[in-house]
Amino acid sequence: MGKITLNQVRKSFGEVDVIPGIDLTINEGEFVVFVGPSGCGKSTLLRLIAGLEDTSGGIIQIDGMDATDLPPAKRRLAMVFQSYALYPHMSVRKNIAFPLKMAGMDAAEQDKRVNHAAKILNLGAYLDRRPGQLSGGQRQRVAIGRAIVREPAAFLFDEPLSNLDAALRVSMRQEISELHQTLKTTMIYVTHDQVEAMTMADKIVVLNAGRIEQVGSPMDLYRSPANLFVAGFIGSPKMNLIDGAEAAKHDATTIGIRPEHITIGGDGPWEGVVGLSEHLGSDTFLKVNAGALGTLTVRASGEVMMHHGDTIRMAPQPGKILRFGADGNALA
Amino acid sequence: MATAHSRTAARLMLSPAVILLLLWMIVPLGMTLYFSFLRYNLLMPGMETFVGFENYYYFVNQPAFWSALSNTLILVLGVLCITVVGGILLALLLDQPFWGQGIVRVLVIAPFFVMPTVSALVWKNMFMNPVNGMFAHMAKSLGLQPFDFLSHAPLASIILIVAWQWLPFATLILLTALQSLDREQQEAAEMDGAGWLPRFVYLTVPHLTRSITVVILIQTIFLLSVFAEILVTTNGGPGTASTNLTYLVYAQSLLNYDVGGGSAGGIIAVILANIVAIFLMRMIGKNLEA
Amino acid sequence: MARKASNTRKAVVTIAAWSIGFLIFFPILWIIILGFKSEGDAIKTPLQVLFSSWTLDSYYDVQARSNYARHFWNSVILSVGSTVLALAIAIPAAWSMAFVPGKRTKDLLMWMLSTKMMPAVGVLVPMYLLFRDFGLLDSRIGLVGVLTLINLPIVVWMLYTYFKEIPGEILEAARMDGASLKSEILYVLTPMAVPGIASTMLLNIILAWNEAFWTLQLTTSQAAPLTQFIASYSSPEGLFYAKLSAASTMAIAPILILGWFSQKQLVRGLTFGAVK
Ligand SMILES: Nc1ncnc2c1ncn2[C@@H]1O[C@H](COP(=O)(O)OP(=O)(O)O)[C@@H](O)[C@H]1O
Ligand SMILES: [Mg+2]
Repeated sequence: MGKITLNQVRKSFGEVDVIPGIDLTINEGEFVVFVGPSGCGKSTLLRLIAGLEDTSGGIIQIDGMDATDLPPAKRRLAMVFQSYALYPHMSVRKNIAFPLKMAGMDAAEQDKRVNHAAKILNLGAYLDRRPGQLSGGQRQRVAIGRAIVREPAAFLFDEPLSNLDAALRVSMRQEISELHQTLKTTMIYVTHDQVEAMTMADKIVVLNAGRIEQVGSPMDLYRSPANLFVAGFIGSPKMNLIDGAEAAKHDATTIGIRPEHITIGGDGPWEGVVGLSEHLGSDTFLKVNAGALGTLTVRASGEVMMHHGDTIRMAPQPGKILRFGADGNALA
Repeated sequence: MATAHSRTAARLMLSPAVILLLLWMIVPLGMTLYFSFLRYNLLMPGMETFVGFENYYYFVNQPAFWSALSNTLILVLGVLCITVVGGILLALLLDQPFWGQGIVRVLVIAPFFVMPTVSALVWKNMFMNPVNGMFAHMAKSLGLQPFDFLSHAPLASIILIVAWQWLPFATLILLTALQSLDREQQEAAEMDGAGWLPRFVYLTVPHLTRSITVVILIQTIFLLSVFAEILVTTNGGPGTASTNLTYLVYAQSLLNYDVGGGSAGGIIAVILANIVAIFLMRMIGKNLEA
Repeated sequence: MARKASNTRKAVVTIAAWSIGFLIFFPILWIIILGFKSEGDAIKTPLQVLFSSWTLDSYYDVQARSNYARHFWNSVILSVGSTVLALAIAIPAAWSMAFVPGKRTKDLLMWMLSTKMMPAVGVLVPMYLLFRDFGLLDSRIGLVGVLTLINLPIVVWMLYTYFKEIPGEILEAARMDGASLKSEILYVLTPMAVPGIASTMLLNIILAWNEAFWTLQLTTSQAAPLTQFIASYSSPEGLFYAKLSAASTMAIAPILILGWFSQKQLVRGLTFGAVK
């Protein structure tokens, strides 16, 4: 239950090809994250899967059945929206019970399921309130509750945490991950935040301008990005990308090295002048002006005391340099 | 939002409204247009003949037409002047803080809810009647001769009655616009050292311009077809002194049974209204995009 | 000091505003007063009127002539009937335009509005003949139809502007939750739009109640609403001030009360959302 296959799925709005053609398999029980910059078509893809938009071409299969032309209600998918989309005129209990009511379930069973969901999500005390009387995090939980009572084949999340403050976002992130551990149901999660993608996903799908740039586990993408786009998008701070003579030494058009893979001190081959330094306590990020190499971001662990204007030497850690060709794709 | 399924449903649910309005637009208006080219008198059924533009010719060339046209314009302009100027002043006054704002607001709006036949009759009998009306009583108590408003100044009297009905509308809309003025913008201007007058001229007036335009256009649409007020006060008279286009068409078709001539008049009224409507639609259309 | 100055100013504004408010309201106040006077007293000078005795005779007289009740019910049936009918047609239409907008939705809205701009007199003759030929003259059914049509554009527009304020995601959520189109409109959209629908309804009842072109042209007695009833006083009967006042008071009271509840929505409805 919960395997979703996209075969050459396309979507255009009028003249504009928002999604030119996507092939993707989402396995049962997987936590898949669609990540990419704003406007790249993540929401559109999710809404195609949900059935809220018609495809312009291609086939969507859910559990082996062609669902391309099924209305949303028949796809057995549940969705959590960015705005939560709670029914403002209904109590929390009625909100959560709404899909069950629509399915014609009897009242006793409805109650049982609502209470069960409320227990999982710690909503017991709020069941008789209206959404307007809840905090952002609580509303988010109600939206999730409304999704889980239906026991859907898969959950769809569209940037569910982007309306929450930073601290709450971290804890909700963990709650959703735990929920996935408990339910073991397929989840598709859309975000533009690569940290969310890295921390939550079993499988990340990186999208750019409606195309899939790479599919893989978080560590796959981190260790071996398929191209410059993924290299630049995954990882924080961003990977350093260097072209020119230094890249040519490695037989590449561009080379990439992550900030955490540059060692400071000793007699490293690179030299630069420290510009800005950001002290986070556990880490220090330095912006180093390295002449022909451009500005490099370097991560120094702990309390390394560097100052503006210091000249330092740096060395890339062995085997950590990634090479890219003229077309932007990674070289083997 | 849109899938083929929901689009089909949308089309289905939209169609009753569209079809009904389409019929309402086309059928009677088409018939009016058709009649306007016939010699057609209700007293002589079955004698209809096609006469081309003759009805238009006679309708336009009767002396009553030109007086009706000028009465229509005077009525519209007169009421507009009173209601817009009065509305602005009243709105500015009511926008100030004072005790009992809510109650005064209610008092000012009330005339708009009075049905036209009631307000016309009340003004005609209780106020403008030369014997027992309040104005007559007041004149007499000052030792003056009572004035017979509806006989000697019929159009002006009707303007007064209609303006009384529409002043609340203008006031209400302008007051709403005033209250949606950006307070922070006003405060910023005050910090910048702008006094009351510059703030009024450079911030308030531009903000009100749009609402004033809306008031003018919407009132014009309604004022072009004032009817009940004339019917129950003067019946268009004396002579044609208070006959407007709407009343003339009514008199020609239903009082004189001249369907052809009345229809030609109706088409002329439609054309007149459309000229105003085009401006109004532009305004509202622009607003729809914003 | 500043505080005191602003209080003086407030007092001045209060006096000015109340005086003007009283002046504008005075004709209405006056008919309310005259309705409670005897015919003999009602035509005296204003001061004599005020200090004459009060009586309910005129109200009894108007009721006794028995047709007041019929006209009142006709007004209720016409205004409520046409409003309910217009809502039933307009809610689905407004749903479509607000939530499934197409390329031509805007044009469609503007076109609907334009039907409202057509002066009634332009179609007076054919409407009169159609009503005569279909035996609809002086019938409530025919008039309900006409009132529905003339107010339909306003109803669609008002509902459209209210529906636009409801986030589409909520309706999509309902769709995901398995709601059919009917359930979506019935259980989600309509309850959320209740305030908007209520004020649309209120405004429309007011407009239909006061409509005084078609109600005067197409009715004579059986289906005649209060507008026609009052118009019948334009004959010499109108010189019975007390009775005219009593009848007028009864004709405008219900709508005055409704109107006071709907001031805010009135602006939005009458300006087609151009002023909010
Ligand atoms: N209903 C629509 N009509 C036209 N263009 C749309 C529509 N929905 C989305 N788009 C366009 O499709 C692109 C992808 O949008 P979306 O899927 O919302 O991006 P994301 O969720 O990744 O930020 C954007 O360029 C957007 O402008
Ligand atoms: Mg999105």
